[in-house]
Amino acid sequence: MVHTKRGLLLAALLATTAPAFAQTRELVMNTDASDPAPKAAFEQLIADFEAEYPDIKVKVNTFDHEGYKTAIRNFLTADAPDLANWYAGNRMAPFVEANQFLDVSDVWAENGLNESLHSAASAMTIDGKQWGIPYTYYQWGIYYNKDVYEQVGVEPTDNWEEFLANCAKFQEAGIDCVTTGSKALWPIAGIFDYLSLRTNGYDWHMQLTRGEIPWTDDKVKAVFAEWEKLLPYTSKNHAAIDWQDAVSNVVQGKAANYVMGNFAAATFKDGGMTNDTLGFMQFPTINPDIPRAEEAPTDTIHIPAGAKNPEDAKLFLAYLARADVQTKMNETLGQLPINADSTVGDDPYLQAGFELLSTAEGGIAQFFDRDASPEMAKAGMEGFQEFMVRPERLDTILERLERVRQREAG
Amino acid sequence: MTALPDIHPPKARARRRNSLTPWLFLAPGMLMFAVYVLIPIFQSVWVSFHDWDGLGPMRWIGLANYSELWWDDAFYTSLKNNVLWLALYLLAVPLGLLIALFLNQTVKGIRIYKSLFFFPFVISQVVVGLIFSWFYAPGFGLLYVLIEWVTGTGVAILADERYVTYGIIAAGLWPQIAYCMILYLTGLNAVAPDQIEAARLDGAKGWRMLWHVVLPQLRPATFIAVVVTVIGALRSFDLVSIMTSGGPFGSSRVLSYYMYEQALSEYGYRMGYGAAIAVVLFAIMMIFITGFIWKMWRDERGL
Repeated sequence: MVHTKRGLLLAALLATTAPAFAQTRELVMNTDASDPAPKAAFEQLIADFEAEYPDIKVKVNTFDHEGYKTAIRNFLTADAPDLANWYAGNRMAPFVEANQFLDVSDVWAENGLNESLHSAASAMTIDGKQWGIPYTYYQWGIYYNKDVYEQVGVEPTDNWEEFLANCAKFQEAGIDCVTTGSKALWPIAGIFDYLSLRTNGYDWHMQLTRGEIPWTDDKVKAVFAEWEKLLPYTSKNHAAIDWQDAVSNVVQGKAANYVMGNFAAATFKDGGMTNDTLGFMQFPTINPDIPRAEEAPTDTIHIPAGAKNPEDAKLFLAYLARADVQTKMNETLGQLPINADSTVGDDPYLQAGFELLSTAEGGIAQFFDRDASPEMAKAGMEGFQEFMVRPERLDTILERLERVRQREAG
Repeated sequence: MTALPDIHPPKARARRRNSLTPWLFLAPGMLMFAVYVLIPIFQSVWVSFHDWDGLGPMRWIGLANYSELWWDDAFYTSLKNNVLWLALYLLAVPLGLLIALFLNQTVKGIRIYKSLFFFPFVISQVVVGLIFSWFYAPGFGLLYVLIEWVTGTGVAILADERYVTYGIIAAGLWPQIAYCMILYLTGLNAVAPDQIEAARLDGAKGWRMLWHVVLPQLRPATFIAVVVTVIGALRSFDLVSIMTSGGPFGSSRVLSYYMYEQALSEYGYRMGYGAAIAVVLFAIMMIFITGFIWKMWRDERGL
């Protein structure tokens, strides 16, 4: 009697929770896709996935884009979803090292992703294993105001000396040659990355960001020497403004060039610029002997180690890696697909970016705050900002960065 | 001998019940205090002896976090800024008193003026931070334009390492003055009118009246105003976070923000180091808190 009663109770308990498992398989996904375009792209992606796998239901928790960066640490350990957004490169290393992400090398091997996702393979690999699927990236480069170039009477150039000569002419006309907003620090990391890639090359730059080269090295100083040439022509108040404020400097014709990522193209256009007035070009060549490398941060999806439904999560990743899926998704995102068999939207900046990245024989870097360790990234970007305001303190700054590197190494 | 057991047990039980009741009432509060305050303090100290990224296993490193703090320039910048905060934030006390004295009169519509002066304390610190950010903003900020108009070149306060901390403290003073003002206004209500009358008959006026008659009666209000201002200065975090995120290049950091940066922010994975900063901040706060508690204890005993 007692046993049957307990049995009934158990059955009743199961009955209340069972439907979620028995009838549909559920995938919980945490994402930072809170901005309009990413949100639409993810809704589309999930609707298409559910159409193809009617048994699987995807439940999405959308986080605020900035808040997500700290929230992920809590939910990975406390209440892990089956899928989570993150970034490629060293940025995922803390989670990989803490065994918070699942090794998905099998998904890569079974679907031939080492070929189709080749361009991002190295950024997804730690200890010879792959830890997630990259689905989108975008190029960095120089966005410029064509009207201002015309007004001053100079031509866009991919030669560093000529670029600096142009800057002098812009200065005479009272226009900032290069603008940026370093209040949130990261925009200036793009300038450093490009100067470093152009001065010492991709392999050296990656060694530096991995912490294998001392910051007091002469080659590091060479990068800052190039940067110092640019400083007189850079907007003075950059430390007080956000990246969007610097966009308006270009829109209003107060500045000519802006080293930025392609996501800014939408902001330029919101400000009133069109394909006729907004130009895009690669960062100028400094040392012609160095193979051209570019910068293209990659966004990724991972399976947390605590996922309750890893099998279906792997199905989702395999789906996400497909060429047609990435084509469709990136059309909505306005970015570039990783899969080599995908096609790129006909937006001129995307086309230019695709051309730029697919011909970058030197290599593709992620971005300073993704290639370097979190602590090095923060200390580095702060150092860059200090250098831009007080170039005379360079030696102190580099010694400080070197201390951070040594502490992390030892 | 036989009678004693009959009398004593009920008495003892009653006494026990009497002594148990306050503890029962205190228990929920003490439990909360232990779980949310006391235990975390010891945990922080424990974590500060470890190298820990908040995800993986903890590694015991003894005092290494503290010895690193000793050589850390950013720590001294934060400490210096905390001292600045403490010193300048205390200006809120005399300024609050000034406004309270000014508003402590019976004029038509004085309540409206009082509420207007109190207004900055009502709005959130985040909003205060935003308002002042715009006030200082290069290009369109009121102060920036004003300085540009007077001197010819604008100063971006929040982007200049020399002025940034003062700029943030000024923003913090705005609501803090209002808070001190309201403390003094209630204090002024309690000032005995007969003593004022007597002093006036004796010929006390102006400063002497204020210093010898009014201020002594305002001592309780002054004590509270100083306490909340000191604590407020030491835990200043929201304004720094909203207005500069510690920038430019870390020159407006305070200890609480530096701790957050190291342990919890986007690039912060150093729980142990963050905890060490928190322990130092806690030690500094304890100096003041002990002082305050000691004074309160003395006052209660009527010393």
